[in-house]
Amino acid sequence: MIDPKLLSDHNLTPEEYERIASLIGREPNLTELGVFSLMWSEHCSYKSSKAFLKKLPTRGKSVIQGPGENAGIIDIGGGLAVVFKIESHNHPSFIEPFQGAATGVGGILRDIFTMGARPIALLDSLRFGPLEIPRNRTILDGVVAGISSYGNSIGVPTVGGEVYFHDCYSKNPLVNVFCLGLAEKDKIFYAKAEGIGNPVLYVGSKTGRDGIHGATMASAEFGKEIEQKRPNVQVGDPFKEKLLLEACLEVMDKGLIVGIQDMGAAGLTCSTAEMPAKSGTGISINLDLVPQREEGMTPYEILLSESQERMLLVARKENVAEVQRIFAKWDLDAVNIGEVTAGRNLRVSFRGQTVVDVPVDAVVNLCPVYHRPGRKPGYLRTVRNLDLPPLVSDPGAALLKIIASPTIADKQWIFRQYDHMVQTNTALLPGADASVLRIKGQKKGLAMTVDGNALYCYLDPRTGGAIAVAEACRNLACVGARPLGVTNCLNFGNPEKPEVMWQFKKIIEGLAEACRAFQIPVTGGNVSFYNDTEGQSIHPTPVLGVVGLIDRVDRLVGPGFEKEGDFVVLLGENSEELGGSEYLRVIHGLERGLPPGIDLKKEKAVQEVCIEAVAGGLIDSAHDLSEGGLAVCAAESCLLGSAGLGCTLDLDEKFRPDGLLFGEAQSRILISASEAFLPGVLDLAAEKGVPARVIGRTGGRELVIRQRGQELIRLPIDRLASAWKGSLPGALLVR
Amino acid sequence: MKFGVVVFPGSNCDHDTFFALKEVLHQETVFLWHKDHDLHGVDCVVLPGGFSYGDYLRAGAIARFSPLMQEVREFAEGGGRVLGICNGFQVLLELGLLPGAMLRNKNLKFLCQFVRLRVENRDTQFTRRVRSGQLLRLPIAHYDGQYFAPPETLKGLEEHGQVVLRYVNEKGEPTVEANVNGSADNIAGLINRAGNVLGLMPHPERASEARLGSEDGRLIFESLIQP
Repeated sequence: MIDPKLLSDHNLTPEEYERIASLIGREPNLTELGVFSLMWSEHCSYKSSKAFLKKLPTRGKSVIQGPGENAGIIDIGGGLAVVFKIESHNHPSFIEPFQGAATGVGGILRDIFTMGARPIALLDSLRFGPLEIPRNRTILDGVVAGISSYGNSIGVPTVGGEVYFHDCYSKNPLVNVFCLGLAEKDKIFYAKAEGIGNPVLYVGSKTGRDGIHGATMASAEFGKEIEQKRPNVQVGDPFKEKLLLEACLEVMDKGLIVGIQDMGAAGLTCSTAEMPAKSGTGISINLDLVPQREEGMTPYEILLSESQERMLLVARKENVAEVQRIFAKWDLDAVNIGEVTAGRNLRVSFRGQTVVDVPVDAVVNLCPVYHRPGRKPGYLRTVRNLDLPPLVSDPGAALLKIIASPTIADKQWIFRQYDHMVQTNTALLPGADASVLRIKGQKKGLAMTVDGNALYCYLDPRTGGAIAVAEACRNLACVGARPLGVTNCLNFGNPEKPEVMWQFKKIIEGLAEACRAFQIPVTGGNVSFYNDTEGQSIHPTPVLGVVGLIDRVDRLVGPGFEKEGDFVVLLGENSEELGGSEYLRVIHGLERGLPPGIDLKKEKAVQEVCIEAVAGGLIDSAHDLSEGGLAVCAAESCLLGSAGLGCTLDLDEKFRPDGLLFGEAQSRILISASEAFLPGVLDLAAEKGVPARVIGRTGGRELVIRQRGQELIRLPIDRLASAWKGSLPGALLVR
Repeated sequence: MKFGVVVFPGSNCDHDTFFALKEVLHQETVFLWHKDHDLHGVDCVVLPGGFSYGDYLRAGAIARFSPLMQEVREFAEGGGRVLGICNGFQVLLELGLLPGAMLRNKNLKFLCQFVRLRVENRDTQFTRRVRSGQLLRLPIAHYDGQYFAPPETLKGLEEHGQVVLRYVNEKGEPTVEANVNGSADNIAGLINRAGNVLGLMPHPERASEARLGSEDGRLIFESLIQP
């Protein structure tokens, strides 16, 4: 019988249980309870976030598919569409870093190719605790190896991403994986179960006992007993997925199937319920026909397993033989396990018995929607008061320390473990503001980035949310790309805490406002709640994945200074704002103040100037000012150039020197241009009403920054390079 | 010239190699399916990079048993030109068409980066377009690229001019630092004694267009194509 203990094991409340019973008109059996517990989990149902996510703009003239499918789709012209999404694999990656991250990659890849798109790029947003703690080093090492193992083997390049370090991720690392695929516009497939009587085919790996209750696990806080959850993490097989990818794309290319859905979180349950729910049909399957890896599995286990590399297809009867022939060519089975029915029920049989018979709508669409209460967190009263500390005596030493802090330091140690060149489209190597792929046979290029500053969101969620969008778009502007669409991964603590819910609501407001300002639709994404361990929530961490289009990829520029004697131009205006800066955090140990303000109209104008300057071939480099401010940006432009060119900057503001050097005022881009093109750049900025002025020249082997004639920083590029490049390998290997 | 690019399950540079040969170098190019027994009359067989059969055992250890490999072996033994890139090189070692074996990289990590290479033997069908003293800049991307062979084998390779490519620094010196994966004698590419089978760890197909950062890889293909 179903008792309170069983309910709490399934993470269902008594009220939810009563609702289930009333929806199906009787008490559910254990297997049915398992089905509901998965599909009504936060991870699958979005029950706490749904009501608020509606505030995000989702429409746009190029949107082919918005939220609600496996991934969003945007038309890029020329008969092509991009299919993209970001998803979290936070909880599994803490429990078992290698497999947790690897299967995160495997899962997001399936979301993309299940729609008929060939995945062409992966990016990751990773957040870890400080590397002084040995366990965090193990987690980082395992996560990076897991991503590398899966992505490299299947042959999809990991072209970029970001890595942040903060105490709040020590017991709750974040692994958010973004994938983008390219599809022919007229060959897109959806999770449909249409055509009464059409066979339902199971393809891919056999089902085992791995990952049972993975989605439920991802919907609860962790206590100290997390080691025991290791069996809930699935094990990935990228080779199998590669075969599945090729076979699925082949049957889709030949138009042999009606609908397709991957079995990710919630496995067979999710696909067999969601496909008919979208088509107004039902599905009947026989579990005896499901290929199984282990003997003696119960219907509960078969339905709830999250074994990887599996898909569910619906095909017309006459095409089944051809589908099976193609899967056999790739050494895969395609087993007919049931059919589409008229009844609108999910009916599952096992050894002649009906073990599940419930309306698909109840499972998929009728989960309660919660408007959880929010309350402004108390911490804000204290952290927003900022008494600026005294000036540092040596700004150069401070710069060295900031660029060696793991969040800012060079990530080559990580990127070189990823195959970032396979598929031969990578036009810009990892480490730039955005990743850029050429599109074979076209002049166009695709740019993409993942970004989000959680400290800003912690200090002021609404502004932090708006800045996350603005900065991601600014990353794209630096490579000359106009943003097309957004996918977001919203990582938060326990939504049952009113303070977390307040952060969530405010951040959504900020994201919505900025997306509207940039006229970019949100085409999907993922919400990851319950990022709490032992009662501690992470900083609210929205990660934005933004995709943009470049008209002429041959005009692309990078972030580094490439030409001696170029003029260094600052687009936008400096300010003294130091709240929420890396400088305060790294040098003074302060996480306080208000994050920099943002004027979205000004931001957009700055970006427009940069996009047009790149497109017009006017500039030689562009780099966005973000964490660490002007000094870090200038240092990176020196370090990221192929020749390691230095520069000398002369600034005339009467600001506090540390504010001028390290303040993180928004809406600024540092560009370099030759003498011949400089007037063109300045005219373009004037035309758009964007402040732009020459602040220095490139050249030499030093970074020199002066304020009103007084030298603040003079550092050889070699010293900057060893601090910046040596930091991460040092932190990970030497100890 | 007609090229055939072999497709094993798990090959993932097959399309890249096909694209470089067909679209960049405008050569007739076909895919060769691993389960077939037909080389479709190609003049050169290319074994591409990737993770054939997942490489869960030793890289290339299963692929050598693919049906098509019987034809490839006979083709090579009859003087046909065979180019093995990355996983293809590993397969050639497993097939015994080239001597030695691959170990995991010395730092035990996957490595994806550009490297500099010195061409030690320009008198081959794969390298004749390389200028004297020219260093190549090509990317590598592998986990198991640390070439190993016993001392007497290495000696034999040197004596017969079989070492074709070596990892070097920007000055062209085969230093320890430049030898990123720890290969014996900095070896990055080898040819058989007959001069018709070349294996190399770097990826020439990834460096055949300026937009991708280097065109040096074209020299290998153009050497093959040159009449």
